[in-house]
Formats: sequence, C-alpha cells, structure tokens
Amino acid sequence: MMTDNHVANSTTATTLKLAAVVVGMFGFGFALVPLYDLICDVTGLNGKTGDQYTVTSEQIVDEKRLVKIQFLANNNAGMSWEFRPEVRTMEVTPGQLNMTNFFVHNPANMAITAQAIPSVTPFRAARYLHKTECFCFEQQELQAGASLDMPLRFIVDASLPEDVTTLTLSYTIFDISDQLAAN
Amino acid sequence: MSAVIEQHHDDHHGPAKGLMRWVFTTNHKDIGTMYLWFSFAMFLLGGSFALVIRAELFQPGLQIVQPEFFNQMTTMHGLIMVFGAVMPAFVGLANWLVPMMIGAPDMALPRMNNYSFWILPFAFTMLASTLFMEGGAPNFGWTFYAPLSTEYGPPSTTFFIFAVHLMGISSIMGSINVVVTILNMRAPGMTLMRMPLFVWTWLITAYLLIAVMPVLAGVVTMMLMDIHFGTAFFNAGGGGDPVLFQHIFWFFGHPEVYIMILPAFGVVSAIIPTFARKRLFGYASMVYATASIAFLSFIVWAHHMFTVGMPLAGELYFMYATMLIAVPTGVKVFNWVATMWKGSMTFETPMLFAIAFVVLFTIGGLSGLMLAIAPADFQYHDTYFVVAHFHYVLVPGSVFSIMAAVYYWIPKWTGNMYDETLGKVHFWLSFVGVNVLFFPQHFIGLAGMPRRIPDYALQFADYNMVSTVGAFLFGFSQLLFLFIVVKCVFGGKKATAQVWEGAHGLEWTIPSPAPYHTFSTPPKVDMSETHG
Repeated sequence: MMTDNHVANSTTATTLKLAAVVVGMFGFGFALVPLYDLICDVTGLNGKTGDQYTVTSEQIVDEKRLVKIQFLANNNAGMSWEFRPEVRTMEVTPGQLNMTNFFVHNPANMAITAQAIPSVTPFRAARYLHKTECFCFEQQELQAGASLDMPLRFIVDASLPEDVTTLTLSYTIFDISDQLAAN
Repeated sequence: MSAVIEQHHDDHHGPAKGLMRWVFTTNHKDIGTMYLWFSFAMFLLGGSFALVIRAELFQPGLQIVQPEFFNQMTTMHGLIMVFGAVMPAFVGLANWLVPMMIGAPDMALPRMNNYSFWILPFAFTMLASTLFMEGGAPNFGWTFYAPLSTEYGPPSTTFFIFAVHLMGISSIMGSINVVVTILNMRAPGMTLMRMPLFVWTWLITAYLLIAVMPVLAGVVTMMLMDIHFGTAFFNAGGGGDPVLFQHIFWFFGHPEVYIMILPAFGVVSAIIPTFARKRLFGYASMVYATASIAFLSFIVWAHHMFTVGMPLAGELYFMYATMLIAVPTGVKVFNWVATMWKGSMTFETPMLFAIAFVVLFTIGGLSGLMLAIAPADFQYHDTYFVVAHFHYVLVPGSVFSIMAAVYYWIPKWTGNMYDETLGKVHFWLSFVGVNVLFFPQHFIGLAGMPRRIPDYALQFADYNMVSTVGAFLFGFSQLLFLFIVVKCVFGGKKATAQVWEGAHGLEWTIPSPAPYHTFSTPPKVDMSETHG
C-alpha cells in the first residue's frame, strides 16, 4: 500500500508533467502558423507564389511551347478601388521575360493603402511562375482620385509540367489602411 | 469485490450546512452533483435556442425571428450544447464515479476541482450576456471561422473569446485532475487493465482534452490579436491565411468530437453487461479500440474542410485515414452486441437508453462514413445532411448515454429508485422525438438544403415541418426527465447497495446513497470479479 506521502509526491509530479503538456500544446498551436507557411512554401500548396526572382544567365527557353496565362483582379469586400489587368490573357514562351500592367484607380475621397495577394491555379504550377517584379511585393498608396499602372514582370519556368497549358494568376487587393493606422 | 467502509468515520464528518457548502466544497460527490445540475440547466437553455431555430424553420419564409437573430441562435445553441451541456455532464459523471470505481477517497486535487467547476457559471454568464449586448451575440456559427468572426463579427466577439478561454481553463484543470486521480489513487490491486471501461475512456478523454484545449485557447487568442492588436494571423491582406484558421480549429475540433463520445462508450460498456447479466465481451479490445480512436482523431482533421481546395493527395489521405476510424468503432459496436448475445436481458430504463445508443449512434457513424468519402462530400458539405449526422452522434449518442448514466447511477447517488414507469415513458418520448427530429434532416440535406439558414426553398417544407414537430416532442419530454430526477431526489423506493441484480464494480459495494466520504481506507480488489 502506498503511504500518504508517496501519493502526495506522485500527485505533484503527475500534475506538473501534465501542466507542462498544456503549456507545450498552447505553444504548438502558435507553432502551427510558421509550420503552415513552411508546408505551403515547400509544396506550393495554396497557389502562393514566391518572393522576387533573380534572372540567371543560363535561363532555359523552350521555343516549342506556348503557355496561356490568364489574369484575374478581385477586390476584397469593402475595397473601393477600380482594379483590372491591362490584358486578360497572354500567350508566353516558357523561359522568356514577359511584362504586363494592372490598372488601379482610387475613387474614394481619401488616400487608401492597398496590398495585393497573388494566387496561382493550378496550385502545383505556382512554383514555376517566377516574378522578377511585382506590385504585390510592396504596399500601394493612392491619393484620393489617383490612378496608376502597376507593372508585373514574370517568367514561366521551362520545366513547367507538360500537361499544364494554362495558368491563372489571380490578385485580390485588400484595404490595409486601418491596419497600418492601428500599428 | 469487497470493500471496507468506515461508517463510524463518516457519521461525524458530513457536509457543511447551508449554501456555503456548495461554494466551498471540495467533495467529489458535491462537485459532481453541481456539474450535472449545471449541465442540465445549460441543456435546457441550449435546447430552448434549438426550439427557436426549429420554430422558425417550421415553414418557409420568415415568421418568428430575423436572420441576424437566427444566426445568433445557431451559434449560441452549438456553443452552449458542446461546452455547457455535454462536456460538463461527462465531467460531473467522472467526478461522481471515477473515485468510487477505483476505490479512491476523492479526486487527487480537490481544491482545483472546486475551481474548475466554479469557473463555468461565470464563463457561461458572460457568453449568454452577449445576447443583450449592442450588435447582438456571436453570429458566425460555433466553428467561428475567420474572417467571418474576426472581421465581420459583432463587438461581443471579445466576450465570446474570453468565455472560451475560461471554459478551456476549466476543462484543462478538470482533466488534469482526472488523469492524476486515475494514475495515482487506485486502490491496491486495481491495475490499469482491471479498471472499469468508464474509467479507461475518461483517462483517454482527459489526455485528449489536455492536448487540444490549449490549441483552442491558442486559436481564440490569435483571433483576439487579429481583432484588437493589428496582427494578421487570418487576414490575407496582412499576409495571413483564413484557411490556416480552419486547420488550427479542426486540429482542436476533431479530437473534441471524440471527447464528447468516448465517455459515452464507457457508460454504455458499464450498463449493457449489467442488464445482459454477462461480462463485457472483449474488455481488452475495448481499451485498445478506445486508444486507437483517440490516436486517429489527431490525424484526420482536414476531412472537415475537403472543399477548401486541397490537393488530391490530401483529399485521399484524409479520406482513408477517416475511414480507418470505422474499424475500432466497429469493434466496439460488435462487442456491445456480443455482450447482449444470449444474455438474460431485462429492459430497465438505463438499458433502453443504452440499446438506443448503440443503434442510433451506429446510424450517425454510418452517415459519418458517407461524409468521409471526399468526392461525395462536395455534395454533402454544409448541408442538413451534416447537421443530421452530427446530431445523431451527439443527441441519441452522447446525450442518451448521459441520460442512461443518470438512470443507472441515480439510485446510488440519492438512495432512492427513480420511477420506472415514468422513466420508460421518458425514454419512448425521447426516442420517437429524436428520430422524428433528425431523420428527415438526412433527406433535406441530400436534396440540397444548406445549414444555418433561416429560410429555405419550398421543396424542403414538408420534412422541415416534420422535423420541427419532433424537436418540440423531444424538447418538452426533457421536462419529464427533470420531474423524474427531482422526484427521485426527494423520495422513492429505497435502493439496495447493489441496486441492480447484475451490477459489478466497487461503486456497488458501498451503501446507497453513497456516504459523503467513501473508501477512506482503500478497499481490497477481488481478483476474480474484475474485468481483466
């Protein structure tokens, strides 16, 4: 039979161990955030495109292929800007540098800061779309009534899987003025 | 089993008198009673919200409430039933029964036990008070998906977040207490594989709670920061991702659904052998099946989000992993049926609820398998079919098991037998009511009626009307349950120590009603009568 003292000791020990698990799992909840981003980066899930791409001299060009690129521009709820691509579709040669513009106009009577978030469909093609210059790399501030052509330069990697013939690049712009003010 | 009961000690060390007894008590029986009454109060409150929902859906069009209030009702109904009714009821049962089943004098951490109960009334008062706040109560569903909850929720969302924090703290403290009690306070001879299954299922449930309630606390903390401190965990414009919310939420949410059903398995595994007058078939396989279900519950969460745009490999993995859960669950259902096979069965009220549990929970499990089929889920997702599925596992599943447990153990708690005739009437009203209520929802779901809407297309009208009739039948039957319990507390035929002819286990060796202090000296566990 266990003595009272022994029971008390093991009670404290078990309680402390379990409390450590609780603290650990609370931390794990937050660790899921960077873990999620990491998994999305590695697998290209979610259609997230990478950061700014540097062109290398040995960029392979595949002259025999043409890939169709479709551009979409969306406004997040509550975003008043006019936002559209200069062209809806482009036919591009993998490996070659392409350029297009997205047009924005701020019809509001105050300055608004926006952030564009890209997404590529099909997801598995996201990692083959390299952007050397994109308005989504930085925030855009437009004064009341102002307009702007925002440039996008990109390369479709020549190693894009053969069965992908069409890529859709979609941008959603978010009004982040309030968030900037809060910070 | 035999037990040493120290009557002389109990006599001069009873409960304190007056209201303060309940405020300051550290007695596991008092705290268990308070949990059970609190849970019943929340069951009636959440049930009245459900009746508002069903009354509005009685006919197409808007008759009784506006859509904004309807959404608050669905949200509050879900939150109160999950966190206020089902979970505290099982904690109450654990408080009453775990020490008596393992031969311990009380829970290991009695003062913390008192705190973990008394947090709950504050948490739910705060949650319910949001109904009277400007902008109304939370209206984004009990799953509170971002950005609906973070960017478009009412100002009362902050109160909701703090209420969830408090519920989480209460559950975590309660489950630490259960684990410590079971691991350290068993009577000599009560080895792990001799413990009653209710104790086993609660041990595993408590581990699940300890693992996932902190994740829930984390996700609501992230919401709080997104709303008030300008972070962007779930805001795509700031670099976050709303889909991340769903992953974290369901990493908590899927184990949570097993938290609400595993103790029910334990209850049914206690009741069926008693009234079949046979030992539980396959005790060890029951333990391993419970542990397997608990493990699998951590790796299937994304089956709640098949439609978010997962890659094919993800859909397939989560589909097959989910279907795997049917194997240990099937083992359990098989064992319950095998226990009844060729048993000398009698059909007292607890047994009726337990058999109904086995049949109706299995229906809920089968619709769960249908939902697990990823390609089919695109049709079922967010329809009434999902509502029918989880209500079948939660109402005639968890709730019926809690009612079965109350009928089974209430003679031990009060010393009086409940009114068997009224108990049977309660069972049949509930059984008919619950099926009339939820079975038609399968059909309207398959026909395409979305969940969480106050109005619907005309072709769904007939089944919705039937469902509402069932809801009112089931809802008002629970007032009879209240009457039966109160009647039993105040009198009735005196119960013997064993209460049921076929009952085995340490809790049936002590007198009825159970003395305020039991097993101050550990009982001797008789090897021949244990489960192993």
